[in-house]
Amino acid sequence: MTEEPLRYAYYPGCSLHSTAREYDLSMKVVARAAGVELLEIPDWNCCGASSAHVTDPFLGFALPGRVLALAEEMGLDVVAPCAACYGRLAAAREEAARHPDYVRRLEKATGRRLSGSSRVWNVLEWLSQERVSAAVREALKRPLEGLAVAPYYGCLLVRPPKVTRFDDPERPVTMDRILETIGAVPVDFAFKTECCGASLGISRTDLVSELSGRILAAAADAGAEAVAVACPLCQTNLDSRQEAAGLRQGRTFDLPVYYITQLVGLALGASARELGLGRHLVDAMSLLREKKLA
Amino acid sequence: MKRVGVFLCWCGSNIAGTVDVSRVAEKVRLLPGVVYVEENKYTCSEPGQASIMKAIKEHDLERVVVASCSPRLHEPTFRRTLEAAGMNPYHLEMANIREHCSWVHTDREEATAKAFDIVRMAVAKALRNEALQPGRISIEKKALVLGGGIAGIQAALDIADAGHQVILVEREPTIGGRMAQFDKTFPTLDCSSCILTPKMVDCAKHPNITLYTYSELEKVEGYIGNFNVTIRKKARGVDEALCTGCGLCQTKCPVKVDSEFDVGVGKRKAIYTPFPQAVPNKPVIDKENCRYHKTGKCRICERVCEAKAIRFDQEDTIFEEKVGAIVVATGFDLFDLEAYGEYGYGLYPDVISSLQFERLINASGPTEGKIRRPSDQEVPQSVAFVLCVGSRDDQKGVSYCSRACCMYSVKHATQYREKVKDGRAFVFYMDIRTPGKAYEEFYRRSSVDYGVEYIRGRPSKIYQKGKKLVVRAEDTLLGRPVEVEVDMVVLAPAMVPKHDAARMAQTLGVSYDGYGFLNEAHPKLRPVETNTAGIYLAGACQGPKDIPDTVAQASAAGAKVVALFSQDELTTEPMVARVDEALCSGCLWCKPVCPYKAIEAKTVTERVAGRTVTREVASVNVGLCQGCGACTVACRDGAMNLAGYTNDQVLAEVDDLLADLRPACGQR
Ligand SMILES: Cc1cc2nc3c(=O)[nH]c(=O)nc-3n(C[C@H](O)[C@H](O)[C@H](O)COP(=O)(O)OP(=O)(O)OC[C@H]3O[C@@H](n4cnc5c(N)ncnc54)[C@H](O)[C@@H]3O)c2cc1C
Ligand code: SF4
Ligand code: SF4
Repeated sequence: MTEEPLRYAYYPGCSLHSTAREYDLSMKVVARAAGVELLEIPDWNCCGASSAHVTDPFLGFALPGRVLALAEEMGLDVVAPCAACYGRLAAAREEAARHPDYVRRLEKATGRRLSGSSRVWNVLEWLSQERVSAAVREALKRPLEGLAVAPYYGCLLVRPPKVTRFDDPERPVTMDRILETIGAVPVDFAFKTECCGASLGISRTDLVSELSGRILAAAADAGAEAVAVACPLCQTNLDSRQEAAGLRQGRTFDLPVYYITQLVGLALGASARELGLGRHLVDAMSLLREKKLA
Repeated sequence: MKRVGVFLCWCGSNIAGTVDVSRVAEKVRLLPGVVYVEENKYTCSEPGQASIMKAIKEHDLERVVVASCSPRLHEPTFRRTLEAAGMNPYHLEMANIREHCSWVHTDREEATAKAFDIVRMAVAKALRNEALQPGRISIEKKALVLGGGIAGIQAALDIADAGHQVILVEREPTIGGRMAQFDKTFPTLDCSSCILTPKMVDCAKHPNITLYTYSELEKVEGYIGNFNVTIRKKARGVDEALCTGCGLCQTKCPVKVDSEFDVGVGKRKAIYTPFPQAVPNKPVIDKENCRYHKTGKCRICERVCEAKAIRFDQEDTIFEEKVGAIVVATGFDLFDLEAYGEYGYGLYPDVISSLQFERLINASGPTEGKIRRPSDQEVPQSVAFVLCVGSRDDQKGVSYCSRACCMYSVKHATQYREKVKDGRAFVFYMDIRTPGKAYEEFYRRSSVDYGVEYIRGRPSKIYQKGKKLVVRAEDTLLGRPVEVEVDMVVLAPAMVPKHDAARMAQTLGVSYDGYGFLNEAHPKLRPVETNTAGIYLAGACQGPKDIPDTVAQASAAGAKVVALFSQDELTTEPMVARVDEALCSGCLWCKPVCPYKAIEAKTVTERVAGRTVTREVASVNVGLCQGCGACTVACRDGAMNLAGYTNDQVLAEVDDLLADLRPACGQR
């Protein structure tokens, strides 16, 4: 093949360097296998989610705006695995087009130019683009046959639709298609885009147990054995609240919550260690062993 | 120079309150050509008009300028005044110093200066006004009614009863429209077919009505009084003259498909009439599903038909008719509910539309009026009715209110409670809108006497939980979230324009709004006319409305047609475009800009430098031309002129205004 390798400016955001290291690891495994280069944006800063934009609109724009400006200097599109980071970056790009005064202020404060030339990709878009999904299909080593997975998108990947312009905000299917590509069985359920409670996980654990619990219940009732996510916050909430949610509902949950990239990596033959599958709270390995997938 | 009289109106204080009319009068007196100036408190009043007539005689006026309100209001009035004084009415010129001046300004000095400018321009133009003579055209006293819903039926009957011929063209195999699908109608709950079917039969039997069902309008040419319409009668596969309507073919036909009339909750055959009371009661063969048309084998219907009426090889027939007026009554469609992914329409079988509910509750519907939910045919013990699905939603639907859904959902909830005695009916609404006679009372009764439970809030999500559906919303009266578990959900979709309304409007040459509803000529004062003379509107094609409003509008449209037909000839507006063939280069740039399709090419033969040449020039059909003037702007050669608004006249106004740039009244 003489085709240029696909290259992206990679924005891990704070989570992928801390609590969600397995997301980072699995991103890189998949990228390598698909022949995609992820170049981490040098000197990136926090996207500000979600405190900055509720404190000061300009700050909410400027933090992700600076990241975009850095990516533009690299001349690359950005891929942002965290749904919240993705949302902030996409919103900043949108605001840059609508508020020239913001752009001027940002350029003055950072000494960098922002034109909006770098597009922002979320993980699902990135995985489902033709070249990546073709590469995945070709490199498939261990199709996840018989694994019933509920694709959980959360709120931020698809909303607000005018900013994300990604899939159907109420009934998205991109992750379902990716799961099909790697041989798993996507389980359709009604709570694909319900809120998991997001950052209230710190201040209102009761609410998060309630909200995340509903998602888990809907997934389990629809016949899912596991949940796939594309956001560190969703992962944390669904993974860590199963006991509390179970208590509230008088039932027990035992649903491993995988990053979609972990499942793709698995299907591409990567090892559990490479994908950080030991870092989960709900045992992520037993189910896979049971299904002879790890 | 012509002798001009100028009449300045105070309009009570409407003009005089802001414009110093007397000062304008002083200045006007000095304008070239002006021989007489008069001020009046109300020029349009009887004494005001009388004094114009008197001045015309006494001062030998040849042109008259009335400086008052908009010509839209009183130009016809003052033209009649001139005519009564023996003058050509087009020697009148109006200067609008009210809408264009006093009403929109507050500074008296500036308004006075501007009023003078407006008047001096009118005087400049009046000096060049020419006598114009209206034309006469004949009227074909036959009407085309397009669409056979309740609107079309009513209009057709009214026109036919007045003694005129009507052609009623309906696209579907039967007339009746939406109303034929309903069980009962609000607010009186009288049976829909009991009040509709007699009218349908009247239409079919009326000696003055010719019914073409399963037919389409293909082309419209001509103008008021003289339209040529082309109609395509689609092949029914059945010889209507022979068919007795016995229905044997339908019982024997082996192919079953979803019935459009039952909106998917019932079935029909490949040869079918949409419902038993269809008019005409003659089936059609649906070629797409007919086994014979698909595989070459079957012909069962042909075998069983005793009347030998089946014609597999029947072809569409196309014919032309000449009509004098057209009533458009093409109705509406319903909003696509799948746009609301969060409501699960199309995903959960027990989330249905209001129209499907009409069929479920209809005594002659697929369940014979027993309410059974689609998934398991059980009688739902609780039903949620969701209003405004698509309506009043800028994000996912349309901004407007669909007007009938509140009331028909109140009707549905009441009917449900009547049939399922201990069932619970929930209505999720934003506002309940009941602006009609006995409507509010009907709504109150549903809650007081029938125990319908109203929850104010637009649901955010509907999802399946076991055999139940959960409706989640915010109760905005209590300010807290609610979740209601029900057995069935009925969504009330917005009424939207017919899917092909825009195309139909273009075929007819009438205008439509941003949504695709056809435009009336004036939202208050000309609600059933279109901007194209001779074409009228009735029913929901003009905007969402219920049956009482539809019928009222249909009768109004009928009355307009009858009034038109009461004349033998029409006078035409002489202010139409004219081509100076000597100047016209035949580029025909004017043709596409004409919104009324009034311009065609024509060939002229002339002698140039001793040789005979033929060339193309533009030609205006004065029957179609509405005098909008668009072509005159497009014409590069200056060959196109609007009578009464020639380039010459308009430029005279501009020249006069710019003649001395030193402001005439000295201020500024
Ligand atoms: C579920 C529901 C319940 C309702 N219940 C009530 C009620 O109880 N009381 C009440 O007052 N109102 C009710 N309404 C409103 C009512 O439906 C309308 O007021 C009424 O149908 C409007 O009549 P129409 O003739 O303008 O349109 P339609 O009923 O839509 O009829 C239009 C006709 O024109 C035909 N047509 C369309 N385009 C063409 C074409 N290009 N060429 C030829 N023919 C064409 C169509 O096939 C159709 O037969 C209800 C509406 C809905 C959706
Ligand atoms: S086509 Fe024949 S069988 Fe069918 S309804 Fe007409 S007469 Fe009866
Ligand atoms: S030929 Fe077609 S319409 Fe007639 S019975 Fe067979 S399938 Fe039905």
